[in-house]
Amino acid sequence: MKFWREPLDLKDIRVPHGEITVLLERCKGCGWCIEFCPRDVLEVSDEINSKGYHPPRTVRKEACVSCGLCELLCPEFAIFVEETEGEVVLL
Amino acid sequence: MSKGGVRTSHDGVLSGEFFMQGDIASAEGAICAGCRFFGGYPITPATEVAQRMSERLPLVGGIYIQMEDELASMNAVLGASWAGVKAMTATSGPGFSLMMENLGLGIMLETPCVLVNVQRGGPSTGLPTLVGQGDMMQARYGSHGDYAIIALVPSSPQELFDLTIHAFNLSEIYRSPVLVMTDAEVGHMTEKVIIPPPEEIETVPRRKPTVPPEEYLPYRVGPGELVPPMAVAGEGYRIHTTGLTHDERGYPVTADDSAQWPLVQRLVDKIEKNKDKIIVLEEDGLDGAEVVIISYGIAARTAIWPMQMAREEGICVGMLRLVTVWPFPDEQIRELASRVRGMVVPEINMGQIVREVERCAAGQTEVVSVPHPGGGIHDPQRVLDAIRKAAGRKVNVEE
Amino acid sequence: MGLRMNGYRLDKSLETHAEAEGWDEEIHGRHPMDDLLRTDRLPHIWCPGCGLGTALTCFLSALRKSGLDLDKVAVVSGIGCTGRVAGYVRLDSFHTTHGRAIPFATGLGLGNPELKVVVFSGDGDLVTIGGNHFIHAARRNIDMTVICVNNFNYGMTGGQVGATTPVGGITTTSPYGNYEYPFNVSALAAASGAVYVARWTVLHARRLERSIVEALLKPGFSLVEVISPCPTGFGRRHRQREGLDTLRFYHEHGVIRHGADPRETDIGLSGALIEGKFVDIDKPTFLEQRTRRLEQVLNK
Repeated sequence: MKFWREPLDLKDIRVPHGEITVLLERCKGCGWCIEFCPRDVLEVSDEINSKGYHPPRTVRKEACVSCGLCELLCPEFAIFVEETEGEVVLL
Repeated sequence: MSKGGVRTSHDGVLSGEFFMQGDIASAEGAICAGCRFFGGYPITPATEVAQRMSERLPLVGGIYIQMEDELASMNAVLGASWAGVKAMTATSGPGFSLMMENLGLGIMLETPCVLVNVQRGGPSTGLPTLVGQGDMMQARYGSHGDYAIIALVPSSPQELFDLTIHAFNLSEIYRSPVLVMTDAEVGHMTEKVIIPPPEEIETVPRRKPTVPPEEYLPYRVGPGELVPPMAVAGEGYRIHTTGLTHDERGYPVTADDSAQWPLVQRLVDKIEKNKDKIIVLEEDGLDGAEVVIISYGIAARTAIWPMQMAREEGICVGMLRLVTVWPFPDEQIRELASRVRGMVVPEINMGQIVREVERCAAGQTEVVSVPHPGGGIHDPQRVLDAIRKAAGRKVNVEE
Repeated sequence: MGLRMNGYRLDKSLETHAEAEGWDEEIHGRHPMDDLLRTDRLPHIWCPGCGLGTALTCFLSALRKSGLDLDKVAVVSGIGCTGRVAGYVRLDSFHTTHGRAIPFATGLGLGNPELKVVVFSGDGDLVTIGGNHFIHAARRNIDMTVICVNNFNYGMTGGQVGATTPVGGITTTSPYGNYEYPFNVSALAAASGAVYVARWTVLHARRLERSIVEALLKPGFSLVEVISPCPTGFGRRHRQREGLDTLRFYHEHGVIRHGADPRETDIGLSGALIEGKFVDIDKPTFLEQRTRRLEQVLNK
C-alpha cells in the first residue's frame, strides 16, 4: 500500500487475514461474492457441482482481510471466512 | 360497579348466584376456565362478551385487545394460544364468516381456543339484533378442506356459562378450536346463573411434552393416541409449525400426498373417533315415544311448550336436545329412528341439522322439518302441527 | 387404496432434504450459521440470485449480535417466498396464513411478553393483503420487529403485481405495465406510528445487519424494509435477468440518506433508491400504555 506519509502507528495496526471455505454443493452460482469482494479474492472456477453451477474459488487468498462480506452476502450459506493468523499482503 | 344487573368484584373470579345476561355469563365462564386473552371485534349480538372481557380481564391478569377486524381477532387468539395462554373470541354471523380461513389455520396447527358465535338472522348483514341459527352447517363445514370440529349449543345463560368452560376443556383435550354456537336469544337473555366457587370448577390444563426438545416432534402421537402433546413458543423446544400440510416435525410436505393421508385422517379421527366422549345429549320422555323432537339451542327451549300441548292431546312425544351438535350423534339418531313413528326438527334456519337427522334416520321414520328463516322464535302452533303430522294425526290447516 | 398410515405416522418423515438430494453428509454444520438453521431442510427453495438467503443470513447474524435469548425469539411469517423463512430458522417459528402474520404475532407477544416476536414476511403478504394489520400494529406500537422483504411483486405465484410494484412494472397481471400507484412501505410504517423504520437493499448487507440489531433491541413496532432481487418473478422482466444485475442496479442507484422524510423515498423503476434509517423515535409501547392507564384507573 502506498502511503503519502507513513502513519506513526503503522507497526501497531494489524490487518486481519481470513481463510475462505466454499461449500461447493450449496453454491448456486449467483456470482455475488465474486463481484463484491472488496479485495478481489474470488473468481469463478471451472469446476461444476452436482447441480451444474460453477462455485467460486480463491485466487488471491493472501489478500483476504476477513471482512466477511462474502459470508454475509451469500444467499445459500455456501461460503464463510475464518480469521487466521497470517500476513496480509496489502496491495 | 354494576352492569347488566351483575356485580363486578375487583378481586378475580366471581362466584355466587347472579341474574346475568347470556353473553356476560359466557365471558365469566371463560374467566373461570382460565381464559386470559380475548381478541375480538364488536358485533351485535356478541358485543357484550367483548365488553365484559375488556372490563374483567385486566382484573384477573389477562389481556383484552380489540383487533381491527375478525380475521385479526382469530389470528391473535391463535397466537396467544401458541404463547401458552387460554384464549377466546366472540362474534356473530358476518364475523364468523371472516374467521373461517383462520379457524382452519387453528385446526391445522392444532391450537386450543374457543370461538363463541352468537348467531343472528342472516344471510349477510341480515338481522343484527334478532335470533338465528343459520350458521350450524357453516360451523361444521365453513372452513375449506376436511376436518372435524366440536360445536356446543346452549339453551340458557346458565348453560352458556357451563358450556364455555366445557369448550375450553375440550379444546385442550383435543388440541382444537371449539365452537360455542349460541344465538341472540340466549345471548341477550337475562336469567339466574350460578357460578360455583373456583375449586368446584373442573379445568383441564394443557398437555405438555414429557420428553426433552431433542426428542420432541410437535405432531407425533404415540401408539393408540390421536392428540400430540403441545409445546409452545418460548419453552426452548424450537418448534416449527405451518398451515401447509406437514409431517410430524411440523415441516411442510407438499410435493405429494404422502403427509396428507396421515395428517388429515388424524385431524378428522381425533374428534370423530372420540365421539362417545364428546357428545352430550339431553333426553326427555324418549321411552315409548311415538314422536321425538330433535332440536338444539333456543329452538329446543321453545319446543317445550308445544311438546306439552301435544302430550295433552295424547301424543306420546319426547325430546332429544343436542347439546353438542358437532360431532353429530349419528348412532343415537339412527337407533332412535328405528323405534319412533316420526321426528320433528325445529330450528331457526331453513333446514340445516334436519339434513343430518334425515341422513341418519335413513328412511326409517318420518322426519318433519320446522324451518324458520330467522328473526324470531317458532310459533308454537307450527311446532305443534309438525308434531301432529309426525304422529300421523290430523293437522290444523291454519297456514 | 393403500392408506399408508401406520398409526398416523409418515414413514419417510425423518428423511432430510440432504439425503433426498444425495448430498454428502459433510456439508451441514460447517457454516457458522448452521446452528441457527434447520439444516435438515436445506437446500432452501429460493431461486439462484434471490436475495432472501442474504436477508436471512443478515437476520441470523443480527440475532447473534443482539444478545437476545434465542429460546425466547419467535419468528412468524405469512405466505410467499419470504414466508418460507420461518421454515428454515431453528427457532420457535410459525408459518401462518396470507397476510395474517402480524395479528398472530400480536397475540403471541401479548400472550407471553417475554417473547421477542419477529415478523418476517414479504411485501405482498404484509402490505397488500396484510395492509390493514400492518397499519394497526404500527398504530398501537405493538412490540414486534417486522422485516418486510420487498421485491415488488408476488414472487411465489409467478410474479404478479402487488401494492409495491412501481408504476410501469411489468408482471404477469400487469402485462402492459402497472398503472397503479404503489405503497411506500417505509412511509406507510412511519405514518402509522412505527418507532423505527429503516430500509436497506440486500447489497448493503452490513448496514442491514446493523439495522436489524437495532430494530430487534428497540421496544415497539420496528420495521426494516429489505429491498431484494427477484430475478425470476420481477427482475428478468426489467432487464435484470440475474440477481447480480439487480445488485448492480442497487449499487448504482442506491443512495443513503439517514433521517430522510419517508414520504420522499418512493421507489420507481429508475431513479434513486433511497435507503437508510428514516425513523428512530421513542414512544411507549402498547403494553406500556396499557399498564400506565390501568394503574392510573385501578390504583393497582
